[in-house]
Amino acid sequence: MLTYIAKRLLMLIPVLVGVSIIAFLLIHLIPGDPAQVILGERATPEALEKLREELGLNDPLYIQYFRFARNVLRGDLGRSVISHEPVAAELAERFPATIELTIAAMLIAIVIGVAAGVISAVKQYSWFDNLSMTGALVGVSMPIFWLALMLIWIFSNLLGWFPPSARLSHTVDIPVVTNFVVIDSLLAGDMQALKDGLWHLVLPAIALGTIPMAIIARMTRSSMLEVMRQDYIRTARAKGLKENLVIFKHALKNALLPVITVMGLQFGILLGGAVMTETIFSWPGVGRYMYNAIMARDFPAVQGGILVIAVVFVLVNLATDILYTFLDPRIKFD
Amino acid sequence: MKKIAWIVVVMLVLSLVLAGCGTSEKSAVNNESGDKQSEASAEKVFVFGRGGDSVGLDPANVTDGESIYVTQQIYDTLVKYDKESTKVVPGLAEEWEVSKDGLEWTFKLRKGVKFHDGTPFNAEAVKFNFDRWMDENNPYHHGDFEYYMYMFGGFPGIISSVEVVDEYTVKIALEKPLAPFIQNLAMPAFAIASPEAIKKYGEDYFKHPVGTGPFKFVEWKKDDRIVLVKNEEYWGPEPKLDKVIFRTIPDNTARLMELEAGTIDAMIGVNPDDAARIKENPDLQLLLRPSMNVGYLAMNTEKTPFDNVLVRRAINHAINKEALIEAFYAGFAKPAKNPMPPSLWGYNDDIEDYEYDPAKAKALLAEAGYPDGFETTLWAMPVARPYMPQPMEIAQAIQQDLAAVGIKAEIVTYDWATYLEKGEKGEHDLYLLGWTGDNGDPDNFLYVLLDKNNAVKGAASNVAFYKNDKVHDLLVEAQMEMDQSKRAELYEEAQVYIHEDAPWVPLVHSTPVLAARKNVTGWVPHATGSESFIDIDIQ
Repeated sequence: MLTYIAKRLLMLIPVLVGVSIIAFLLIHLIPGDPAQVILGERATPEALEKLREELGLNDPLYIQYFRFARNVLRGDLGRSVISHEPVAAELAERFPATIELTIAAMLIAIVIGVAAGVISAVKQYSWFDNLSMTGALVGVSMPIFWLALMLIWIFSNLLGWFPPSARLSHTVDIPVVTNFVVIDSLLAGDMQALKDGLWHLVLPAIALGTIPMAIIARMTRSSMLEVMRQDYIRTARAKGLKENLVIFKHALKNALLPVITVMGLQFGILLGGAVMTETIFSWPGVGRYMYNAIMARDFPAVQGGILVIAVVFVLVNLATDILYTFLDPRIKFD
Repeated sequence: MKKIAWIVVVMLVLSLVLAGCGTSEKSAVNNESGDKQSEASAEKVFVFGRGGDSVGLDPANVTDGESIYVTQQIYDTLVKYDKESTKVVPGLAEEWEVSKDGLEWTFKLRKGVKFHDGTPFNAEAVKFNFDRWMDENNPYHHGDFEYYMYMFGGFPGIISSVEVVDEYTVKIALEKPLAPFIQNLAMPAFAIASPEAIKKYGEDYFKHPVGTGPFKFVEWKKDDRIVLVKNEEYWGPEPKLDKVIFRTIPDNTARLMELEAGTIDAMIGVNPDDAARIKENPDLQLLLRPSMNVGYLAMNTEKTPFDNVLVRRAINHAINKEALIEAFYAGFAKPAKNPMPPSLWGYNDDIEDYEYDPAKAKALLAEAGYPDGFETTLWAMPVARPYMPQPMEIAQAIQQDLAAVGIKAEIVTYDWATYLEKGEKGEHDLYLLGWTGDNGDPDNFLYVLLDKNNAVKGAASNVAFYKNDKVHDLLVEAQMEMDQSKRAELYEEAQVYIHEDAPWVPLVHSTPVLAARKNVTGWVPHATGSESFIDIDIQ
């Protein structure tokens, strides 16, 4: 087991090197002079030269890459061209908001997705099955920005049930410790703030969770259908076990195995999907930061953001794979 | 089996049930805060929605509108623009005079003004700020100070010294006369900051702004909000708002929905298409910002056939500006006839635009020796700008207008940086671009965009490469002339030559659309792109 984990960790190295090369090349793949792109229409030649020097653009490419990689290993992602602040610090400040949103979205996706998938499988071809699978199809193909705007319009504008944006109402103020609203309000013992924070989470989490919810529902359904046809299920039924026990204890446990892999993948993908959701819900997270950085051509910030998201993605997948080996004894550790 | 179905049905409606509770709880919260508000004798909070967060709050170091909008509330400048025009009026300086040769400016400062940190505002403070901007070796010269560089030509640039005459008098000496000097000083970038705060915070000053303005800085949550409170000791009229919250809501539509829901009181960045929706809503009001930009089609006068004035005039007659405005600006633009917008002094309104007349265009082309037209390239920007919301579509419309008079134009585009770079080198034939004014001085349009000094290949801002010595003489003379009315005459004359030579097709001056709740009063949008909130009130 330990050797397996060690091996997987070692395999991370080439992956991360690859990611770092891609993130690094980003700034060089765009046509034109990056300094000009950053400084825009009114830049003077002196300012351009100064920035080129600052970004180290005058050195050969491989030297630039090694400098970049060395700095990254030291936790230095460079400074944002726009704000002049260290990118690492800016990302760290925004990361909790994104994680909080992503976890909420994932919870919604898993709970509703698995439930809908199980019922659809158990009651194959029933009205519920048809309805939820149609819903899943719509969910997968729905553009996030449209769904997000619709959610705001219906649940915030028309019905007034949920706040349309931000993490907290501006009347609520809690001391920032971890930058996770849920944790900070618990630390402050402020239940009003906790409620306010959770309330602000609902709409963006639904918007972000819809696609993985749909994918998980479809995946659970097909996996369940397959498992239910297995001999051991027939045996369990033949033994006269209660149907609930058959479904939840015998079938679901095994059917969830492939679904877990999908969940891991989706979690990573959500980090990317957060760009749209955070932008529309004014959520001050990494997605928003990336969006702004791209719009402002703030290349060090884009580079840093891509790196961090890629690393989290890789780590989450590693965690899923390890979890998988725990759950499925058929998988060998070597 | 049925049980499971039930469980799931319950789960699926859970959100609705929760939402139901939420309604009551949320309204309870609202009531509570409402009670709190009435207890605190109805605190007036003005929530302002915009698309992007500020970059920094050190006014000398930012160039983006979002940052300036905030710093303008926290700081004062020596002189400022009038509420409804770009005329310069007293600010922290009560009066000023300039020596006859235009080289020495003396400012009498307002007495009894305090920075938000309690330190006094005086001539020393003014000198401290100027020294910080103009001297690259000053220990507090952290950053680029881009506007200083643009407006005064580098470090120290055109300002040779800043002297303290007495506690409330300061004298600024220039290397050579600079007519737009006072106009430049009114820019929010030249706001006077507390020297003590600059010393205290060092490189982090941009996060801890301290000025003399009507509102004091409280907190900044990145990408979320900036909170300001009323400066009780403000030297000017008392601000009517107790608190100002700048909220960042990136999506234009989401921001408008918040305005409709009343979670924000005012917003900038309205999609022109949404204007009708705002007008129809009895709770909202639509505001228009006086336009200070120009979108144009430059013709490369160094290349045939655009070196022929008849061809250039023909193209001016060929393009239907009204149709462009109708189709791409939802009506929120005016057709342009001059290279500068009518909101500026010195605008020559006597000039008569080349009317849209394809027949006349054809005749002119024939006269120029192109009875069957010609083939050329039309360069279109890859990105939307305030003066050109849909450049590619606008290029296609122009392409059709040109085709109607026999000119076959192929549309060319590059990524933004390459586009600008190639334009500065003069590789284009017909070139779409635009300009937004910085300081309300005609020099900022005419000299920058059409003087021969700025037609240098590789660094051209005059992308028509238009060179007319008479125009050049007028523009340079206007730079040296201190009397604004005389300057206005010079600029009006220059516009006559430019019109006759037709190096551009001036296309439009676009009008930014803003919106507020009906109960917001005193918000007068300014042409420069931002304004003080001191007169804003909530009824």
